[in-house]
Amino acid sequence: MSRLRRASLIGLAVVVMAAGVAAWLVLPTRSMAFAGGSAVSLASYRGPDPTGVPAELRGADLVTRGRYLATAADCAVCHTAPGGATFAGGLPFKTPFGTLYSPNITPDRETGIGAWSESDFLRAVHEGVAKDGSRLYPAFPYEAYSLMADADVLAIRAYLFSLAPVRNTPPANQLMFPFNQRPLMAIWGALYNPDQRFRPHADRSPAWNRGAYLVEAMAHCGDCHTARNLAQAPDNRKKFGGAVIQGWRAYNITQDRTSGVGAWTDAELAAYLREGHVLGRGAAAGPMAEAINASLSKLAPSDTLAMVAYLRTIPAIGSGDLPAPRTDLASDLPKEMAAGDDRRGREVFAGACASCHGWSGKSPLFPHANLTGVRAVNDPSAINVAQVVINGARLGRAGGDVVMPAFGQTYSNAEIAAVANYVTARFGSTRSEITARDVARLR
Amino acid sequence: MTRDVLSPGVSRRVLLGAGVGGVLLVGLHLPTGGRSAAAQPGTPFNAFIRIDREGAVTLVMPQVEMGQGVYTSISMILAEELDADFARVRVEHAPPDEAHYTNPMLGVQATGNSNSIRGWWMPLRKAGAGTRAVLVQAAAQRWGVAPGACRTEAGQVIHPASDRRLGYGDLVGRAAALKVPSDPPLKTPGEFRLVGKPLKRLDTPEKVNGKTVYGIDVRPPGCRYATLMASPVKGGTVASVDDAEARLVPGVQQVVVLDDLVAVVGEHMWAAKRGLEALKITWNDGPNGQVDSAQVWAQIRKASAQEGVVARQRGDADKALAGGQVVTAEFEMPFLAHAAMEPMNCTALVTPGGCELWLGAQAITRVQSHVAQALGLPPAKVKINQHLLGGGFGRRLEADMAVKSARIAQKVDGPVKVVWTREEDIRQDIVRPVYHDRIWAKLSGDRIVAWKYRITGSAVIARWLPPGYQKGVDPDAVDSAVDIPYDVPDLRVEYVRDEPPGVSTGFWRGVGPNNNVFAIESFIDELAKKAGKDPVAFRRANLGKSPRLRAVLDLAAEQAGWGSPLPPRCGRGVATQVSFGSFIATVVEVEVDEDGDIHLKRANIAVDTGIAVNPDTIIAQLQGGLIFGLTAALYGEITLDKGRIQQSNFHDYRMLRIDQTPPIAVHLVKSGEPAGGIGEAGTTAAFASLRNAIYAATGKPLRRIPFNRELLAKGAGA
Amino acid sequence: MLQPRTLQINGEARTVTAPDDMPLLWVLRDILGLTGTKFGCGIAQCGACTVHVGGAAVRSCLLPVGAVGARPVTTIERVGETEAGARVQDAWLELEVVQCGYCQSGQIMSATALLNRIPKPDDADIDAAMAGNICRCGTYIRIRDAIKRAAARA
Ligand code: FES
Ligand code: FES
Repeated sequence: MSRLRRASLIGLAVVVMAAGVAAWLVLPTRSMAFAGGSAVSLASYRGPDPTGVPAELRGADLVTRGRYLATAADCAVCHTAPGGATFAGGLPFKTPFGTLYSPNITPDRETGIGAWSESDFLRAVHEGVAKDGSRLYPAFPYEAYSLMADADVLAIRAYLFSLAPVRNTPPANQLMFPFNQRPLMAIWGALYNPDQRFRPHADRSPAWNRGAYLVEAMAHCGDCHTARNLAQAPDNRKKFGGAVIQGWRAYNITQDRTSGVGAWTDAELAAYLREGHVLGRGAAAGPMAEAINASLSKLAPSDTLAMVAYLRTIPAIGSGDLPAPRTDLASDLPKEMAAGDDRRGREVFAGACASCHGWSGKSPLFPHANLTGVRAVNDPSAINVAQVVINGARLGRAGGDVVMPAFGQTYSNAEIAAVANYVTARFGSTRSEITARDVARLR
Repeated sequence: MTRDVLSPGVSRRVLLGAGVGGVLLVGLHLPTGGRSAAAQPGTPFNAFIRIDREGAVTLVMPQVEMGQGVYTSISMILAEELDADFARVRVEHAPPDEAHYTNPMLGVQATGNSNSIRGWWMPLRKAGAGTRAVLVQAAAQRWGVAPGACRTEAGQVIHPASDRRLGYGDLVGRAAALKVPSDPPLKTPGEFRLVGKPLKRLDTPEKVNGKTVYGIDVRPPGCRYATLMASPVKGGTVASVDDAEARLVPGVQQVVVLDDLVAVVGEHMWAAKRGLEALKITWNDGPNGQVDSAQVWAQIRKASAQEGVVARQRGDADKALAGGQVVTAEFEMPFLAHAAMEPMNCTALVTPGGCELWLGAQAITRVQSHVAQALGLPPAKVKINQHLLGGGFGRRLEADMAVKSARIAQKVDGPVKVVWTREEDIRQDIVRPVYHDRIWAKLSGDRIVAWKYRITGSAVIARWLPPGYQKGVDPDAVDSAVDIPYDVPDLRVEYVRDEPPGVSTGFWRGVGPNNNVFAIESFIDELAKKAGKDPVAFRRANLGKSPRLRAVLDLAAEQAGWGSPLPPRCGRGVATQVSFGSFIATVVEVEVDEDGDIHLKRANIAVDTGIAVNPDTIIAQLQGGLIFGLTAALYGEITLDKGRIQQSNFHDYRMLRIDQTPPIAVHLVKSGEPAGGIGEAGTTAAFASLRNAIYAATGKPLRRIPFNRELLAKGAGA
Repeated sequence: MLQPRTLQINGEARTVTAPDDMPLLWVLRDILGLTGTKFGCGIAQCGACTVHVGGAAVRSCLLPVGAVGARPVTTIERVGETEAGARVQDAWLELEVVQCGYCQSGQIMSATALLNRIPKPDDADIDAAMAGNICRCGTYIRIRDAIKRAAARA
């Protein structure tokens, strides 16, 4: 998720220092520029407050409200190491420049943020500057969080401070020069962090404004779904048009009907955000599944609908390489196949996949495993198909998680490429041509 | 509780199967164990044979059935000398009883190391023949004729001169009073009527209709279901358990927290499993919390740099190796899990004065004594109901599953079936150890003139059967190395004991010979190349003193079409072995594609196992064993990180599947030599034969299991 | 409270009380006592739990009982009463396929479903239908032969 992608933002430091890069390539674009110029300050906005918690939590105590907001901002995913205590930090972010580790944000005074005042915390979230004045790496999405209202930031702080302090010092960052020079991050911040609170649009509906706040300030969807400019900042001229982030493809979530989500109904979009799965559209995996499990599935229904209302207004941008998903079932006879068959792909599919996914694309077991209509299966790059095969997937569900195992450990690159090509050919609209070498790069 | 409910499969079923001379009626009668043979109906003539007044013969199985067909082959041996009517033979599991059922080769009541037929061949023949002798004597007395004038056939004593006959059942009373001779005359192989025939197995009919009751299938009345998670790090303990969410899972009845494990008890496995997943457990990892595979390998490689304890010496290998060109190589085998198809399980009922267990165990007395010790009971108070095993492969030689289940059952009211998830089964396996081998050799023309071999690895015997570990040499670790079949004048075999951190090590199908035959036979191919010889010709030249091995080598080569041309990136590999008393040569043919993936084309195994009791079973065992070994050679490796086994289920601990399995032809050499072992041998054959085939196909000398496919891609470095 | 539901198992209506998400495998084994259907992996990777639902081979370890509905379920205990099932079991015994036997319920259910669907399967058909069933004892060679034998008897 955001954690996966962000560290590469530091690549911008280089760009800035080089100073020879054409300015327009790196010019900042604001995330809500598409909505026109009717934005007003929060104070002068006459509609219902788009910030804070949903109506049902308005009367709740500060800590409860803070927990909801921390969930909406998806803090725990990045600040928790595998097997480690929640918020105690230490999750590694591997970047081409070295490895970063998320800090401990439990209220431990020595190793966490227990000694941080309210203004220390506000400055960190809005400006990317730590208590000691050092610059945070933009792996921390402060350029989005700077939209967050002060009261919401402080509610999150109150929630974090209500938790048990955990003594844990994450490993030191291991970055090569010059990326290990934190002060350089100030330049990036100055360029790409507007450090401006959320401004509602008076001509839009209350739901739209609430959705905009959730999508932009909290869920920071653009960090994954918007392509980056040369300085590795989201290029909002291509807002939500999709991007490849840390080896996964974050798909086009604009209103384009072929390659985006324009053809999805509101109910489908809402169901996807809540459950990570829509029959005939697919199931979330990878970073998106993390976001659903830890954050989006826990939002109030009104907030989910608000996000849908906002997403509905994102201008359509076509992703030329993404065809409309094929919707008819494949034959359920293994040997019958429309596109080119691949013996090895079929072999892997027969042994490891068919029991769950079925030969027709309709799972004999549960709808999450259907392959028909799924975006990833209809992506001729087959990037996400290969990633799911390598890493598996897990979606939280009340009756027990829905899990696909990770096959990357014992299946070779060639086998994974073969089965990805087999799956796109058998169930999708275009056969992919991913190679063993491509798969090696995805690992 | 009634027995029928305990084990629905125990009722006697009479089944049809084609056998020698037409259709045989055979029966598999499997009452639960735990009762002494003497308490059973019928007259016992010894620990193995009871005959009732209707003539029904009950044979008591000192070895356990885990798929290797041993119930049938042991029954054949007993019935052969007894001249029983095989159609009316019933078999039952032996109770824990070391006095009567200790495997003569293992020294304990256990099934393993392909020792069943080898160990029991003579004792069971004598048991059968002795019983037959008293039955003949009883009939002769009754008829007033000389015993020598009588003969036996299919459960009857016949006096041909008077054309009189009596069924064994009619003779039981009188025969019981006679003394069974300890050294009765035995049949000559020419007189065998059952042994050597491909008879139908006794245990299969109920395995094709779902009626067999494995340990995992027992359902004592009131039985509850549990699943567990033990410390993922060896030696770790439970630090804390938050069971608030687990208790909300429908069907969860109880959470049992012991120092080193947590179990959830429920109405059914699903409740237990979901309850376990909902627990928040933190662990104290203890001293092994940082162990990883890199540390394991660094340790064993370092250990193997030291000189070892001499396990075998002939001439002076060090002197012979001094000066001149020495060829040397190192080989490695990884940790492996057993992954028996039936996950670990044991049903246990602990009452104030005792304990009753239901499970399939390879070493029933070990289970009894370990559980007794854990519960502070005398062994006699631990009653064990033995079941057929859904795979053993050495895993069920251990007692840990029974001990853990009994400890959980101590906290539970009534019987509880504890079933390991597959994940827990693999993560808590007692793994096949890692090995590191070094070989040094010298050639003179096409002859090996000096050989030094150092094996470094865990001493499984030292843990499992301490008296077997003598003078610093683990007899399993050096098996098939100290008795290398090649004619080398100067030879030295050394053993370095190195116990890897963070795991417990155990026996695994093919045991010690897997490692040694892999290293030796791989190295032989490298020597052949050095000598400029064909691998088969080179072996022949150096196997002058082993005609049985040479004969199977020639047969396998001939059957495999050795020497005939193959397409590019295809190759044949040969391996020979004298392991478990059997002489085997295997030729595997592969294709290695441009990505480095390995495709198995066909295999030929030639075997001289001495007298083949049930040839059909021997073929099946060699095929299955080879597939077991090929699976490991291609995919098998258990790795550690932070003290935890990283693999968990079949998606990351991969199995060969039907569509990857090549045709495997098995060629039996007729032999009158004593019967050898066969259950392990096919597995042992796999590693080097496949490795040498890859070597032939690509020229790449792989020296580590599992084979690294990346090294085999076209254009990859050496 | 959970509502009882009625399943069609081996030609009989069986009423059970189980949560919707509970896999059919545990309903069969732990509630109905039909232990011929085996647990091997729980993640649809081994095939030991294969049963027929509406005639198709399905991994019961992941099939939620709530998704079974009115479709008939056949298990190893009664598959021998079907024509193809009996043929498969006979071929299994004739060719002595079985070793430990633990995987064989699933193998036989998969093979029977294959023959019902494709009466004369070739090797590729057998591969596709049987590759999802692991046999740790390695009985694959005889499984292939037995399927062909059973098919030839049709
Ligand atoms: S138990 Fe269902 S496929 Fe393995
Ligand atoms: S017969 Fe043992 S797993 Fe297949």
